[in-house]
Amino acid sequence: MTAYLLRRLLYAVPILIGVNLLTFVLFFVVNSPDDMARMHLGEKRVTEEAVQTWKQSHGYDKPLIFNPEATGLARLTDTIFFEKSVRLFAFQFGSSDDGRDIGYDISQRMWPSLAIAIPVLLVGLAFNISYALFIVLFRATYVDIGSVVLLVAMLSISSLFYIIGGQFILGKLFHLAPISGYDTGLNAWKFLILPVIVGVIGGIGAGTRWYRTLFLEEIAKDYVRTARAKGLSESRVLFRHVLGNALIPILTGVVVVLPLLFMGSLITESFFGIPGLGSYTIDAIGNQDFAIVRSMVFLGAVLYILGLILTDISYTLVDPRVRLQ
Amino acid sequence: MTARLQKTWILATLMLSFLIAGCDDSPWNDPYPASDADSNTVYSSFDERPKHLDPARSYSANEYAFLAQIYEPPLQYHFLLRPYRLVPLSAAEVPVARYFDAAGNPLPEDTPAADIARSDYLIRIQPGMRFQPHPAFAQDAEGRFRYHALTAADLDGINRLADFPEVGTRELTAEDFVYQIKRLAASWLHSPIAGVMGQHIVGFQELAGQLESAAGQGPLEQAETLRQSSLAGVEAVDRDRFRISLKGKYPQFAYWLAMPFFAPMPWEAEVFYAQPGLAERNITLDWYPVGSGPFFLSENNPNLRMVLERNPNFHGESYPTEGMPGDVESGILADAGKPIPFVDRAIYSLEKEEIPRWNKFLQGYYDSSGIASDAFDQAVQIDVEGEPILTDAMRKQGISLLTSVEPSSFYLGFNMLDPVIGGDSPRAHLLRRAISIALDYEEFISIFTNGRGVVAQGPIPPGIFGYREGESGINPFVYEWRDGRPVRRSLDEAKVLMEQAGYPDGIERETGRTLTINYEAVATGPDDRARLNWIRKQFAKLGIDLVIRSTDYNRFQDKLRNGTGQVFMFGWNADYPDPENFLFLLYGPNGKVEHQGENAANYANPEFDRLFDEMKFMDDGPERQAILDRLVEIARTDAPWIWGFHPKAFSLHHQWMANAYPNQMANNTLKYRRIDPELRQRLRQDWNQPVLWPLWVGAGLLVALVLPAWWLVRRRERRTAL
Amino acid sequence: MPLMPVVLWTDALVFLLIALGLIFGLHAARHEHLRAPWRRVVRSRVGVATLVVLSAYGLIGLLDTVHFRLKTDQPAASTEPQHAQFAPEVLSLLDVALSGLRARQEKTYSAPFATHLFVKEAIQLPDGPLIRDYPRLAHGGSHLADPATERGLDIAFRALLGMFKGLLAWGLIGAGILWRLARRRGEPMAAIRADILAGRTAIPWRTALAMLGLLLVGGFVAAELAASYHILGTDKVGEDVFFQTLKSIRTGLLIGTLTTLVMLPAALLLGIAAGYFRGWVDDVIQYLYTTLNSIPGVLLIAAAILMLQVYMSNHADDFASLVERADLRLLFLCLILGVTSWTGLCRLLRGEALKLREVDYVQAASALGVGHFTILGRHLLPNVMHIVLITLVLDFSGLVLAEAVLSYVNIGVDPTMNSWGNMINSARLELARDPVVWWSLTAAFVFMFTLVLAANLFADVVRDAFDPRLRGVN
Repeated sequence: MTAYLLRRLLYAVPILIGVNLLTFVLFFVVNSPDDMARMHLGEKRVTEEAVQTWKQSHGYDKPLIFNPEATGLARLTDTIFFEKSVRLFAFQFGSSDDGRDIGYDISQRMWPSLAIAIPVLLVGLAFNISYALFIVLFRATYVDIGSVVLLVAMLSISSLFYIIGGQFILGKLFHLAPISGYDTGLNAWKFLILPVIVGVIGGIGAGTRWYRTLFLEEIAKDYVRTARAKGLSESRVLFRHVLGNALIPILTGVVVVLPLLFMGSLITESFFGIPGLGSYTIDAIGNQDFAIVRSMVFLGAVLYILGLILTDISYTLVDPRVRLQ
Repeated sequence: MTARLQKTWILATLMLSFLIAGCDDSPWNDPYPASDADSNTVYSSFDERPKHLDPARSYSANEYAFLAQIYEPPLQYHFLLRPYRLVPLSAAEVPVARYFDAAGNPLPEDTPAADIARSDYLIRIQPGMRFQPHPAFAQDAEGRFRYHALTAADLDGINRLADFPEVGTRELTAEDFVYQIKRLAASWLHSPIAGVMGQHIVGFQELAGQLESAAGQGPLEQAETLRQSSLAGVEAVDRDRFRISLKGKYPQFAYWLAMPFFAPMPWEAEVFYAQPGLAERNITLDWYPVGSGPFFLSENNPNLRMVLERNPNFHGESYPTEGMPGDVESGILADAGKPIPFVDRAIYSLEKEEIPRWNKFLQGYYDSSGIASDAFDQAVQIDVEGEPILTDAMRKQGISLLTSVEPSSFYLGFNMLDPVIGGDSPRAHLLRRAISIALDYEEFISIFTNGRGVVAQGPIPPGIFGYREGESGINPFVYEWRDGRPVRRSLDEAKVLMEQAGYPDGIERETGRTLTINYEAVATGPDDRARLNWIRKQFAKLGIDLVIRSTDYNRFQDKLRNGTGQVFMFGWNADYPDPENFLFLLYGPNGKVEHQGENAANYANPEFDRLFDEMKFMDDGPERQAILDRLVEIARTDAPWIWGFHPKAFSLHHQWMANAYPNQMANNTLKYRRIDPELRQRLRQDWNQPVLWPLWVGAGLLVALVLPAWWLVRRRERRTAL
Repeated sequence: MPLMPVVLWTDALVFLLIALGLIFGLHAARHEHLRAPWRRVVRSRVGVATLVVLSAYGLIGLLDTVHFRLKTDQPAASTEPQHAQFAPEVLSLLDVALSGLRARQEKTYSAPFATHLFVKEAIQLPDGPLIRDYPRLAHGGSHLADPATERGLDIAFRALLGMFKGLLAWGLIGAGILWRLARRRGEPMAAIRADILAGRTAIPWRTALAMLGLLLVGGFVAAELAASYHILGTDKVGEDVFFQTLKSIRTGLLIGTLTTLVMLPAALLLGIAAGYFRGWVDDVIQYLYTTLNSIPGVLLIAAAILMLQVYMSNHADDFASLVERADLRLLFLCLILGVTSWTGLCRLLRGEALKLREVDYVQAASALGVGHFTILGRHLLPNVMHIVLITLVLDFSGLVLAEAVLSYVNIGVDPTMNSWGNMINSARLELARDPVVWWSLTAAFVFMFTLVLAANLFADVVRDAFDPRLRGVN
């Protein structure tokens, strides 16, 4: 197990290097140091000298990836790429184009993202599983067909409509919740209601449909037939056996998204004005602040890999037959 | 079964009534804590997080919204008087320039600009002003600075500036002003006006050169170097006075003295912030200002909100006693002579989306608001005379409307370096003039800004010296004067011009090809699509095929800098209310491509440039007006821009907000505002009663769905059990 | 020739897609094992109903894909004979068919079926005074002398007329189908008709014809009304919203299909190669897709779109017309969406190839010394095609929805292009108006929802028909 984990972690290093190299190349083609300097210096009365001094003082006056003037290893290390991306591996994100420390901002903005993502995940899970069980109980009846059509219809609506509709109805028409905004600490609950409701409803279509197929697959298996033959009641069979066994794919499905919850939801957060990592990323794209975007890409990649490893581990925990080598 | 049903009902009813009872005192959708309900606080919003709060670097309106309340430069604009007038703020009086020749002999005031070698401004500051409470000034019993030698251990548990337990203050001296001007020259601070000041302040460039060597130093050494350095043209005469010497004559300099660039800066602050470990916590001078103004920034969380709080050390100021005719009647002078500021606090919340911000204003959670183009009809109607009036719904809520023309221009520029559309060939002239007529800016204003704008007849906006009203002020190439108002020339005239230019119906006579023009655009928002479609429609009227090359802002600026674009829309927001600040956008030596100036159209006309140089140094008067008229005429003839429009600012205010008055130059108007928190609280309650029936319906629906389902499950259970 | 055909990049790819589809179809028609699943699809009622809807969308999209430039009139001034000159504007068949809708623009917003503008304006009355009122529309209902009294009747009459025409068309098509069926089976038409009405045919013709009738009647009514009204209103600059929604169909369809098409070669080749060769090839390919997968998709797309903008502004002269620019951006968006989504298919294919390489006939071929690429092409590829097909239909709806979200972040299609995402994006602000401007959003919602719903239902049918085992995979 330890050896396996170690190997997986080592395997992550080339992936992260690849991610870094790719994003670095992509973003520096888009956003040359000159662009960054101009972005930073504002719009009025910017001179070429000002751009040069900015680049110098922010370490952007070096070659991008390869420094032909240096000697030895410095050819690779005395470059913007090395200076700006190697530090990422130590989770030192440096400062954004507007001079704020990115690591600090990430640590602050992580919490609102989680405050939305975790309730959405948990409430959604509870609702979707119970609804799916209900459908499965009435499989091949009109309840089933009607529900499936409803689910597909819900799935066919763009998430934007859920958000716009939620704000319009609950916030504007009925005055039931603040339309957008956020507050620190426990005062945040008021602002969470609307995004959480919208998030849960928006997820019903896809979620419930997926659990339904999971349960149906499970119910077709032999042991269920055996259990039923023993005379167990239908709900007993469902809850004890089907749900129990379907827990493995449910759990692993949840575990793989867990780390990514930190990244927040891009659209929800910017619509509801929640100062999380999702809106942080969107703003950064909008402002072309690529120091932030690079950091978020790196963070996302790390969390993704973490999710993969966690999934493997959870497999072994839930199912003793699986061994990690 | 029925018993269970009853139980569920009782439970649901109980829970709901608890919910309602629990929230009775403040509306459900109140975004603020209930405890703040009747505090003397102004609520406002910002849509973009400020990038710089260091007065040496900040140069944009959204940052000035905060900075101007905190920092006090020597001068400010009078709140009520028009045309805009400078009055003292931290200075004791408005300084008058004194002129000297090359030998240093004083010259009379009416000396021609060419003979003036130097002009001096002696500024006397108000006595007894003190800085806001700040840890940088905190001293221990022996008079040593408490936080000037911080160690890593000291910084444990410090995340915000407010986490430092002790604060102190100090009286302002002339040195603080001098120190700030020296900061403008420091290359590592990237002050945007370093270039401009280098041309005018004596010794500024030399200082910048000396400081160049310090660019690589650590922040502490840099602060020390800056303190030790001296600037030849700026010196503190004594504790209360300092003198600024300028090369030659530069009458516009007084306006710069009203911008935060020239606000006093204590050296202690810079030394304090330069200490290691603070920048990693985002505690920097760029984020936590140290000012002497009526407010200080008590909470700085640009991800969420910014809070300004009354500065306990404020030296005091009183509400202006003079106003324009009619101001007494309107009640704007009711508080005349009273000490300001009136409010204790101002909370600015981050609000990125237009819709929620507008709705919150209507619900009473923001005290004032601009009007989004799409919400316009809801708020304002235009009456028969074309004057805006509030809709009944707004008036019922007691909202009031203020309008004023902004000192800015949104124009459509032709790149004068372009072979087709630019240059001074007669053909290009005719083409530009035809397009100027075809582009119906009246329609643009009515569609995209709901009529909130004035079509520009030239580069100078209303309210700025040199602007002419009425028939003499129209652009004769695009308008004619009919029935007492300017009427756009007809499209047929434009078509005739096209034909004269050799493009009948938009088809180039020599080649038979349709004339194709590239339009450089920045597409960022949802509204851009409509705008791009509109502008294509305008060019299509002349048969010109407009190719829209939309891109991001960086690329757009690249194109302007390289001169590869043909037609583009751009804007300019005045730094100060002087025609020079607009006409310099057309001054040849300011050309974007060759000189990296602000003349984005790269227009250059020798006569214009000569007259501009002359006009620059003149004081307002008939002579200046004559030259300005000629300048405007030249520009209209050459038509390097379609003059576009000057936007009109509309702002709405709730009835509890007093002393709101449109002032496009002054940013420090928060101190004049007064609010009635009790009225606000009462009205908010009235307007935001939660609509509960959907909750009941929802609960009912849920019961109606769950019960039969439950019943079905039970029945199925029994059946399978059988 | 009065027009010059223009083939945009995406057009070419669409034609390629159609050609591939035809080849595949012809091939499948001759092989029973390939025909069987399709037969299952068309025998399902949901299958045929959605197929009819999708075909209607496809037809509109296809009409909008044939592009050309019209010849311009020679200017009278030019004397010497010249080569024919073509207007710079690139049009499609759909543009020409709807040229009325395209040309009938108002000044700004107007509600569906309105005869007056949505906002008040200063109007100069004939007898002098200036009043503020809602001005009459330039086109919408302009044939009515007194809209207040005549409009309702006029709409009802035109709707009836349209319905009648629709029914007529439906009757003709229905009769044609009946005649063909009768000829093929050698039974009298009356018997076939009775079978269809009773729902006794193998292919549920009743459902198909009902759906067709619905669409035809709806289409004709809309066409009849759209000739004299803006049936879905106009947008901020007065463009007809109905026209915009119809134009958006092509964008939606293209994103949904081309994305899969452009990613297909890479996914197929790499996926099968990884599964078949294993070893270092597998390692490299796995590394590749894990790396790509671990970059958050939106960020990758943002970077790629911004990069395209840089490229386009550096090579501005290569893209002379607006349509070409928008087209390239669309293509690029498909490409980059493909890059972010090919990994899923690649992984599936790899798994399948791993299984298949152990199968007897592959082993046998390998033992006989058949070359690797022959084995890949002859034995593996045909056996994974059903996975490709299922992925294609399953991804379709997700991609259409993704377009809307990307447009919101401004990294979607070109802002001048008609797309549902752009419509929703502009409509967001309209909701804050009072009275609300609801029609753009509603139009985009209805058209998008119908397409996605049909696609989702169709995908389910296809999946069940082709591979019941795969039910749980997605």
